[in-house]
Amino acid sequence: MAIKTEPFILNIGPQHPSTHGVFRLRATLDGEVVVDVEPVIGYLHRGIEKLAEGRTYTQNIPFTDRLDYLASITNNLAYVLAVEKLAEVKVPERAEYLRVITAEMMRIASHLMAVGFFLNDLGAMMTPVLYMWREREKLLDLFEMVCGQRLTYNYMRIGGVSHDIPEEFLPALKRFVAEMPGFIDEYDQLLAGNEILLVRSKGVGVLPEELAINSAASGPVLRASGVKWDIRRADPYSIYDRFDFDIPVGSAGDCYDRYWVRVQEMRQSVRILEQAIPQLPEGEVCAEVPRLLRPPVGEVYGHIEAPKGELGFYLVSDNSIAPYRFRIRPPTLINLTALKDMVIGWKVADLIITFGSIDVCLGEIDR
Amino acid sequence: MKFERYGIGIAKGMALTFKHLFRPPITVQYPEEKLVVSRRIRGNELVWYPDRCTGCATCAKSCPQGNIEIVTHVGDENNYVVDKFEVDTGRCMFCGLCVESCPYEALAMGLSYERAQYRRGQLVLSKEELRLSDVRQPSGYARPKIEATLPEQSLLVNWDREKGGQKLSLVPLSKKRGRGV
Repeated sequence: MAIKTEPFILNIGPQHPSTHGVFRLRATLDGEVVVDVEPVIGYLHRGIEKLAEGRTYTQNIPFTDRLDYLASITNNLAYVLAVEKLAEVKVPERAEYLRVITAEMMRIASHLMAVGFFLNDLGAMMTPVLYMWREREKLLDLFEMVCGQRLTYNYMRIGGVSHDIPEEFLPALKRFVAEMPGFIDEYDQLLAGNEILLVRSKGVGVLPEELAINSAASGPVLRASGVKWDIRRADPYSIYDRFDFDIPVGSAGDCYDRYWVRVQEMRQSVRILEQAIPQLPEGEVCAEVPRLLRPPVGEVYGHIEAPKGELGFYLVSDNSIAPYRFRIRPPTLINLTALKDMVIGWKVADLIITFGSIDVCLGEIDR
Repeated sequence: MKFERYGIGIAKGMALTFKHLFRPPITVQYPEEKLVVSRRIRGNELVWYPDRCTGCATCAKSCPQGNIEIVTHVGDENNYVVDKFEVDTGRCMFCGLCVESCPYEALAMGLSYERAQYRRGQLVLSKEELRLSDVRQPSGYARPKIEATLPEQSLLVNWDREKGGQKLSLVPLSKKRGRGV
């Protein structure tokens, strides 16, 4: 005799440790198997796009810090690159190098958080996170030294960066770059061969290559599915065409590949830092830009490879001091649209780790 | 998944965790031990120098939140006299744009970071409260002259407990902690 069953709706979040912020997930379950998921977003909505229309171009830089608050520098960079493209500002050489150095430091810090919390979702409660936070803390110390804050840096300016680095910055960064590969080896020793991690994440939450492209996924989520697409290579911005680095690509598109791609990208970021530090030229760090910038009438889309994917800014100028339209293309919101296809048919525990492997940041999704 | 020898990976990880038992701790006991913050820290305070301020309100115009309120009148020597200089630090996001924009270095970010209050009204600072005092010291953010006088930041990269890599400023437990750094 068959037992009569019916689907059951489970509400996860908005306040839940596994949802990485205030994210709500309405999951329809058949027993323990996920039948349908529906993300409910908007709990952290602050209306940044509208707020930006009433502020000058420089005043909007602190607001971009609050998008993906785990990678503020890259948000700053994407925004100022878009404005510079619009206003045709030439950036000094030293500022370009400082931008690349801080952006790559930020990528390491963001991926450390992503990998750590992915393992936290897997059930490795706090041990890998704390190992990775130790290295992130070193980077945050360096950011604090350069721009005075640990999370919301507000470092980039239109035409350069806000401050030159202090003289004790480069020795400390060189020391970090020298010891970081050893720590990444430690993570590999701790995690890469761990049977529990392999069983839980290999083949789970697969995003096929074709679907990844069709859903406009970007960043490590796309590269884990086997697509060799990195905007630093595909559409080089700043001075990324001068550095030699590889683009790690996964094959299966499962949770383990997304973890693996992030760890390999940290190694590549260390490589970029190793190349950029000796080349750092002397000189000005910010071009002469009028304080109340009035870009010519027009529109621009600037995009960069943020740690979480393609971060784009679409700006429309009407030759006034504030942008007429300020639109953000957040990488994690677009990556999140592929979540439903990844998790259907898997168990609730796999839903949590698949969500964790996308590496979302709610400040960016809700804006 | 099939493994040839199940448990090797876990044992390797455990070996690393075991090694960590013998590493020196990198954390500090916060209220008793305090790390030296960055020279450029954008702390929770603004410091305002009334003698340098001309009342031009460049800081108020550059503030993204419109937090700074300045009221002036024209004085005897055809100058601006500042009647009111009020900052709502409860709405401030410490971006530092006001300090960067000040042409007379009359405004500086503060050095302190322990400024929790019980009332929102206490976060609105008037021009008397914003002046330089023992608990309100300026930081070197966008002020290179002040930056040169401040102590070196303690860095975790240089952490070495035996060699004393990080400089700690120690505050005994029993001492009543005042406001400020």
